[in-house]
Amino acid sequence: MYNIPIEFYLVLSAVMFAIGVTGVLIRRNAIVIFMCIELMLNSANLTLVAFSSYLGNSIGQIFVFFVMTVAAAEAAVGLAIIIAIFRNKLNVNIDEMNIFKW
Amino acid sequence: MVNYIYLAILFPMFGFLFNGIFGHKIKNEKIIGIIGSGTVGISFVISLVTFFQLINLPPDQRSVAVNLFSWLNIGSLHINFGYLVDPLSITMSLIVTGVGFLIHVYSIGYMHGDKGFWRFFSYLNLFIFAMMNLILGDNFVVLFLGWEGVGLCSYLLIGFWYDRKFEKGTVSQAAKKAFIVNRIGDFGFLLGMFLIFLTFDSLNFKEVFLRANSFPVSETTFSFIALFLFIGAAGKSAQIPLFIWLPDAMAGPTPVSALIHAATMVTAGVYMLSRTAIIFVSAPVIMNLVAVIGLLTAFFAATVGLVQNDIKKVLAYSTVSQLGYMFLAAGVGAFSASIFHVMTHAFFKALLFLGAGSVIHSMHEEQNIQHYGNLKKYMPVTYVTFTIAAFAISGFPGLSGFFSKDEILWNAYSKGNWIFWIIGMATAMMTAFYMFRLVSLTFLGTERFGHDHHPHESPKLMTVPLSILAVLSVIGGYIGIPAVISGEGGNKFEEFLKPVYENAERKLSSFSNDSHFEEILLMVFSALLAMAAIYFAYYVYTRKNEIAEKTSKAFKGIYTLLFNKYYIDELYETIIVKPIQSVSEKFLWKFTDNKIIDGAVNGTGTMISKSSSIFRKFQSGVAQFYAIVMMVGIALALFWIIISL
Repeated sequence: MYNIPIEFYLVLSAVMFAIGVTGVLIRRNAIVIFMCIELMLNSANLTLVAFSSYLGNSIGQIFVFFVMTVAAAEAAVGLAIIIAIFRNKLNVNIDEMNIFKW
Repeated sequence: MVNYIYLAILFPMFGFLFNGIFGHKIKNEKIIGIIGSGTVGISFVISLVTFFQLINLPPDQRSVAVNLFSWLNIGSLHINFGYLVDPLSITMSLIVTGVGFLIHVYSIGYMHGDKGFWRFFSYLNLFIFAMMNLILGDNFVVLFLGWEGVGLCSYLLIGFWYDRKFEKGTVSQAAKKAFIVNRIGDFGFLLGMFLIFLTFDSLNFKEVFLRANSFPVSETTFSFIALFLFIGAAGKSAQIPLFIWLPDAMAGPTPVSALIHAATMVTAGVYMLSRTAIIFVSAPVIMNLVAVIGLLTAFFAATVGLVQNDIKKVLAYSTVSQLGYMFLAAGVGAFSASIFHVMTHAFFKALLFLGAGSVIHSMHEEQNIQHYGNLKKYMPVTYVTFTIAAFAISGFPGLSGFFSKDEILWNAYSKGNWIFWIIGMATAMMTAFYMFRLVSLTFLGTERFGHDHHPHESPKLMTVPLSILAVLSVIGGYIGIPAVISGEGGNKFEEFLKPVYENAERKLSSFSNDSHFEEILLMVFSALLAMAAIYFAYYVYTRKNEIAEKTSKAFKGIYTLLFNKYYIDELYETIIVKPIQSVSEKFLWKFTDNKIIDGAVNGTGTMISKSSSIFRKFQSGVAQFYAIVMMVGIALALFWIIISL
């Protein structure tokens, strides 16, 4: 079996994370932002799994399960919030939700 | 009974509270008057009983400390709220409550119909309460409590008719003047107290005086303590240079002038001086200063009194002058003579003021003696009693003033020097002269008031106290007849006070001249001079009024100088009041307050609102902006961590 070096995983996860961050920062649509956040979480998961395999230690993989659980819960709450926003504004553009200053 | 002396102090307090709280609802002058004077009367009775018990004790046990409760306990500072009953304090409290009671009774008649009747009596009672604390306190702090209390009451009572005009200003200005000038003295007194505590580690009279006798304290320290205490005494007792408030204090009702500004409060300085005699005799330099200041005050105030036309002003300057005598006596070490004069002066000066009040009352607030004349026809009782008091203060042989004044002059001569005696004698002559100028212009001669005035004798409530005081002015001196005349018995008054001054007198190793011949010679001499001055004033102001006019024209410069009271008020106005006002206005107000303090306060506000208007832009409410800031922050933090690795 041919071993893929750890650097490949890390670079891939860094690229995924950067794409996620950029998406969160520049996109207006709440659904897309939400997807980008998932991307960032998954990039972190990828790193954890990669290291787990590389170090021969299963703790990283267990940690990933937890992250996925939290991500699932967060998805439920996040989507609910997005629906609430949509009901108020009839769109899901995040830059129109600027009432945080109060 | 000695242990119940605090009742004599609590009763006036009760009167104050009762009249102060319920007075304006009662509105019944009889009840207010009876409570007001009754409480003081009870105080007098208690003092009298205590006095008789005190004389039954052997002389060396006549000093009883009555401890009520522990007041302050801080570190080594232990102050008990306690009273000291000894010959000096009981004498003073008899004077205060006795004369005070008569003046309270008189006030019922004098203040009849005044809208502030209840207020007047509650203030008077508060005054008696404070004065009794001052006199009977057994340590400096209780004394100071009373000291400030009487100052407060003086202020309240001078400004009693606060809506009236007085001379060039208002009554409340006169009240403020009295209070502020007194504060200067109080400041000195406080410094003296601090220094005493620093030196002797106690403020209790007995301890301090014992330690003053035994502690190795340098004369410089004693001098500073004595100087500070003297400044306090000079403020309260209207001595040069702090006498200016007393003439203005005449803005108050006349009974107040009699009680506070003649008989009792202004003698607090003399009392304090003789209470702390041991400290003063340990500082000979300050003793001389006290004597000289007293003498100068006596002399200059008497010269001013010669030409004043306001009946109360003459009496006010006369009071300043007599207080000067008391300081002279204390300054040469004759403390009992000064207390003796305090007592006789309380009798005749209270009588003079009350008589003047009776005259003013019947002349409808007219106070200019040039507009009186021949009042004896209308007010015989006032005339007779006033004249008796005038004879007493002039030192007419056999009356109370003769004995006390002569005692002082003799001590000034034998313990001081002959210059003291000559100036003192000159002052005595001037006193006799201006008093009989007053009597002649007021009660004798021709009527100079308009027909709209209908002078009448005052009611019984006023004339009875006058008569009692007149009797006291006549016989009051017989308890202190000098040893030369009374022979074996010696001076009873001096004998009674002796235990108080024992230590002081031992320290005072002054040369004492006991020549009986000289004493009698000087006594006869001063009596003759006083009588001559009395006759001269009577002659000039009833028969030959033109002599007075000619003299005043011939010495126009001196006359104007005296008439304007040496321009002292104007001098103080220019060198003290004006600079302070302009510094306060230009520097303290317009610069410090407006620029610095307001600038700092407003500047803080402006700065916060300016910087907030910049920072508020960061809170846009757009979540993505927050995310960007967070990202940049994290990036910078990471960058910094990597750099520093």
